This record gives sequence, structure tokens and C-alpha cells, in this order.
Amino acid sequence: MDFQPTEDQKALQAGIRSFCEGQVSNERLPELGKSKGFDRALWCELAEMGVFGLRLSEDQGGIGLGYSDAVLVFEELGRRLVPGPLVWSHLAAGLVPGVESGEVVVGGVDLLDDRTNVGRSPEPIVAEHLDHIDVLLVLRKEGIERLDPVSIRSIPADIPLDPLTPIHHIPELPRGEQIADSNAAQKMRLVGAAMVAGQQLGLAEGALDLANEYAKGREQFGRPIGGFQAVKHLLAEMFVRQEAARGGAYNAAATLDAPEVANVARAVSSAKVTAGESAIRNARSCIQVHGGMGFTWEVSAHYYLKRSWVLENSFGTRDEHAETIASILETLVETQ
Amino acid sequence: MDLRYTPHEQSFRRELAVWLASEVPAHGTSPASSDWDARRDYDTRWQRKLFDAGYAGINWPKQYGGRDATLIEQLIYFEEIAKANAPYIGVNFVGVLHGGPTIMAEGSDEQKARHIQNILSGEEVWCQGFSEPVAGSDLASLQTKAERVGGNSDDSAHYVVSGHKIWTSFAQVADYCELLVRTDPEAPKHRGISWLIMPMDLPGIEIRPLPTLEGEGEFSEVFLEDVQIPVNNRIGEENDGWRVTNVTLRFERGTAFASDMIHLQAFVMDLIRTAKTITSNDGCAWDDRALRGEIGHLSGELESLWAMVKLSVCQSRESGVPGVGSSAVKLYYTDIYQRITELGIRLLGRAGLSRTDLADRPSSLFLGRHFNAISLAIAAGTSQIQKNIIGERVLGLPKEPRPTTN
Repeated sequence: MDFQPTEDQKALQAGIRSFCEGQVSNERLPELGKSKGFDRALWCELAEMGVFGLRLSEDQGGIGLGYSDAVLVFEELGRRLVPGPLVWSHLAAGLVPGVESGEVVVGGVDLLDDRTNVGRSPEPIVAEHLDHIDVLLVLRKEGIERLDPVSIRSIPADIPLDPLTPIHHIPELPRGEQIADSNAAQKMRLVGAAMVAGQQLGLAEGALDLANEYAKGREQFGRPIGGFQAVKHLLAEMFVRQEAARGGAYNAAATLDAPEVANVARAVSSAKVTAGESAIRNARSCIQVHGGMGFTWEVSAHYYLKRSWVLENSFGTRDEHAETIASILETLVETQ
Repeated sequence: MDLRYTPHEQSFRRELAVWLASEVPAHGTSPASSDWDARRDYDTRWQRKLFDAGYAGINWPKQYGGRDATLIEQLIYFEEIAKANAPYIGVNFVGVLHGGPTIMAEGSDEQKARHIQNILSGEEVWCQGFSEPVAGSDLASLQTKAERVGGNSDDSAHYVVSGHKIWTSFAQVADYCELLVRTDPEAPKHRGISWLIMPMDLPGIEIRPLPTLEGEGEFSEVFLEDVQIPVNNRIGEENDGWRVTNVTLRFERGTAFASDMIHLQAFVMDLIRTAKTITSNDGCAWDDRALRGEIGHLSGELESLWAMVKLSVCQSRESGVPGVGSSAVKLYYTDIYQRITELGIRLLGRAGLSRTDLADRPSSLFLGRHFNAISLAIAAGTSQIQKNIIGERVLGLPKEPRPTTN
């Protein structure tokens, strides 16, 4: 066993990181907000970097890498708050032609997220980036369906929570053309949750980096605020949560790569629970460390908070994944 | 990022599991925690079995009789002994994890010959005399004084030691104590400390049990009055004990809590079993969505913690020292441990007002585990000290003001 990223994986991650640092700096976020979080040129460059075709085999025009490689890429996309239907387009590679090159942009709606089993009423159907996508995938119990977004009646939200994630409410979603079976839908959802966990890890890291930098530079009472234990311990707790998210997200991806070693569903749900918690709480602490400035648009802390809630509601919430784990444990108890 | 074990690692696991499957049941059940003589006997006989089978000192070098296992094998070892519910290291803890490794690293040939094999085979039991009432997190401010009588060439040269040690586990049954004393009261605090091997049968040593919220049992206070300890029993140079101590403390980190985490996974299953037995007209406690959700959430975090340990172990294999992650692992483990065991107490309801089992609810186990979880936030570096370590050494934040540091 060697759970560390390999040298190749570290190099891949470093490449994506430096690309994102250059192209999606925090300073550029307001500008991306004006274009509603989507920039076709940026999208094509991400495709060029292999974000979408990463796991597609080489003879299908992809790079032929695994889930462990992909999770590192999504970690970096999360760290820099890169917007767009990234995970859906990544998942669609091999299923929707043209997605890996960036020509076709794919979004999706996950109707497998059945919250009625955690005692909630059914959710409204909300699609992200509907104006930017060419194809909408729908995950249903019966399988994966494909729709033309133009054919769907939808109502845009005037003010989306995340300025970089525009959303539409779809009061009635018509049935589309089924392009894959129910197993494929379940698998896509698992992989989606694992990749979102990677983004959440990145978010947790980005929020800590931002807060840490501020705590070293900002002085009050004649000292950098990071020297005060009250602030230092907030930051240390953020670090712990970041590392927990890393454990969870890497474990989910590595288990998808080697499903013989453990229960994939349990690993993925554990990752989504842990990384979701880390992203949300680190974003909140990041604002707290920034004090009053953290509550304004002058610093990018608020983007982390808002995106963390977008991701929390992608491919299953913490509550829903916790219930999945509870069911798995119950079965284990019964069979022991 | 490969979670698959090599064929060699798999066969290590198989052999160990087979050995444990026959030896653990044969060793019988553990004695009451208040019966120290029986505990010593039980724990040291197990240590001897490990020794004879080549599993003692799993991380010790081969030249000292250890297994010299890789870090991955150590993880497998801790997983398997937890799964088999094997006796824990118990009274051998200080010797095998602290005293022995310190003597290996810093002791003289004579000290090595006298102690190392005996520690590994369970012949010798050690206790730790580090903390004092005035020296907790600030260990270097310890005050137990040692005055030297006799010169360097004098074989009968000894230290006369007086002081008060606290939080000493296994003092009642220990043969030796790893003792930190102040040999130079004038020197800056980190530079006046020496590390001594104190035989526990010397005149002037008084052991008083220290009741804790867990009850009687684990800890003692040790009072020293003019105890004469030979200068030959010193490890390292006089006044160099602080450096020697840090060699010891390093061994405590890394895979230290691995077994406990596996036990905690099993405890979550105990919680579910208990929740299924607590019934009312409407069903059982386990039907409660909120409870299922909390347990699922905590179990998910526990799985992520275990992945964190694997990652930290693989990183330290590369660097040779326990990763900076070890403070994060301890903090996260402590947090999850407390939250999981608190769920246990909530499940007990009013049965939890009793320390012994009541109305078929496992009060004794659940309360015991929660108390243990509370001690973990204090032992081996408090959670607050761990946060300072992360803040300063990992995140590079300004250090705490240390006006008395030299």
C-alpha cells in the first residue's frame, strides 16, 4: 500500500494548480461573476488540460487516468473556485460526444438524491448553468437520460446564492432519451460525489490559505492577529478539517480505483460527509478570521461560503450520505 | 494513491491473524482493573508470548530483538490486534514505547544489556516520572531536585533525589521509572534536566493512588524523599535530559492511536446493537432518523480519520519522522471519540446514572469509554498544545510569547 500521490500524480496536480492560479485568481472572480460564472475560452483551456477527458481511454481521445488522478484535479479546481458544470462534464466523457474537447458543455440534474428517505419532502428541481450547457443529463432510478436544455421550461433565479453559479428552477422536467442504464446512473452518482468531495477539499484548503495569509498580515493591538491563540486555534481547527477532508476524498477516489479493498459506497459517502463539513465550516471560519472585511465583497471569503453550499447540495447532502452509511452499518451489524 | 496491499503485506496479515486467532482465546479474560498484581501477570505473560512469536517490539530494530516492521506492517499489526480483541500493551506501555527506545537511542552498552531484552520479553515493567504538579504542558519547569554526591571516577557516586511526580501510570507494579530530575537549578530550565533510571524498590519512594473521574485505578502520585540513585543510571549527559526526553516523546507519535481507532469502529457497532435493543411501542431507538444520521455522520468521519492515518503513515515512511499530520490526527481522533462516546451516554438515558450496568443497558462500558475520551484531550499533549503546534509549526503563525524561555 502506498496511499500517497505518486510523482506523476503530484506533477499533474501541480500543473492544474499553476494553471488555475494564473487563470482564475481571486482577483478575477468578480469579472467571472459578470459573465455568470462561465467563460468559453477558459472552458476550452480546461478541456485542453484534460479536465473532462482525464479518465477516458486514449483511443477514445482521453488520457486514460484513474479516479485518484481526477480527484487531485478537482481538488485544485475547488481551491481556486473555478466555476462551471465541471463535474457533470467530466462525468459525461464517453457518454456525450464532444465533451472532452470542450465543444459540448454538459450539465445535469441528480434525481437520485431522494431526500424523502431522510424524512424530508421532495426537493425542487434546480439546474446549474442551464444557459451555458448544450446537453442536460438527468440521473433517475431507471438510468441516465439526455435532454436538450432549450426544450425545458425553466425560471432563472434573479439572485443565485453563488454569484458564479447561476441557477434555474425547473417546475416540470420532461423525460428525455435514456442513454444508460440504472447501474450507470448509480455509478455516475458515486463518482460525482467523490469528485465533488475533491472540490470540497480544495475549498477547505483555499479558505484556510486565505485566512492564514490574512492572519499573518493583519495587525491589531500591535501584533499580527494570527499570534493570538483565539485566532491561531481557529486556523489550527481549519487545518484539521482540511486534512480530514483530504483523507476522505483521497480514500473515496482510491477505493473507486481498487473496489476490491473496501466498500465503495461507504468510502464515497464518508468522503462527502467529511469534506462537506470541512468546506462549509472552513469557509465560515475564513470569514470570521477576516472580521468585518470578511463580511464584504472586498475579500473573496464569501465566495468560499457560497460555493460550499452549492457543493453540499450536489450529489447528496451530508444528511443523505450519513443515512447511506447508517444503512451499510446496519447490514453489517445484522450479518455479524 | 494505491490502497492495495502487497502480497508480502497480505501474508504478514494472514500469519498474524492466524496466530492471534489461537493465542487470544487461550490467554483468557483480562483481570479487574483494580487488581494490579493480576494485571501485571496478565499483561507481561502476553508480552512474553508476543516476544516468543516474534511480534514484540513491532517497530524496534532487529538488533535489539524487535520485528523492524515497516510502517504499513505496523498499521496492519494494530488493525489485527484490535480486530482480534487481543490484550493491549497494558503495563508494558512505558517500557516498550518510551523507556526501551530511549535506551536504544541514548543508553550505554551496559544499560542496553541490562534492560532492553528484559523490557521486550515482559520481564521488566516501567513507569514514567515526567509530569509534576507544577509541570504539565510546561514540562521543562519540573522541580524534582537531584544533588550529586561523588565524582566522575567514583563508582558509588549517586544523586540524592527529592520531589513529587504525578499522573504516573503503572507505578504500583513497575520495576523501573524513567525519571526526569533537575540537576542544575541555576541553569536555564531546559538545560538543567537529567534523565535517570530509578529502580522502584529504592528506599524513599512512596506511591499514593490518585483517584480520577474514572475511579480508582490508573494513576498514582509518586513522592520521592532523599532517594539515592546511582550516577551510572543516568541516560545521556548530565543536564542533557531535555534532549533525551524529546527522543522519547517522538516515539509516542505516529501510529500511537491506530489500535484505538479500530476499537472505536467496533464501538460504533456496539452503539447500533444497543440502539436496536432499546425498544418501545413504536419500534426501537435505531429507527430514530436523527440518531441514524448522527451515527452515520460520525462513522463517515471516523473512516476519513483512518484514511488520514494511512496518509500520514505513508508520508512519514518517506521522510523518516512522524509527519506534521500527527497533531491533526490526535485532535480529530479526540473530537470524534468524544462525540461518539457521548452518543453512548445519550442512549443509556437514565440508566447512565449508574456506573454499573442497569436494566440491560451497558452503562459500565459506555461511561468508561466516554471518560477515557475526555482524558485523551489532555494526555500526550493537550488539544490546546496540539493547536499551538499546528498553528506555529505547520501554518507558520507567530509563536506564543514565552517570557521564561531560554
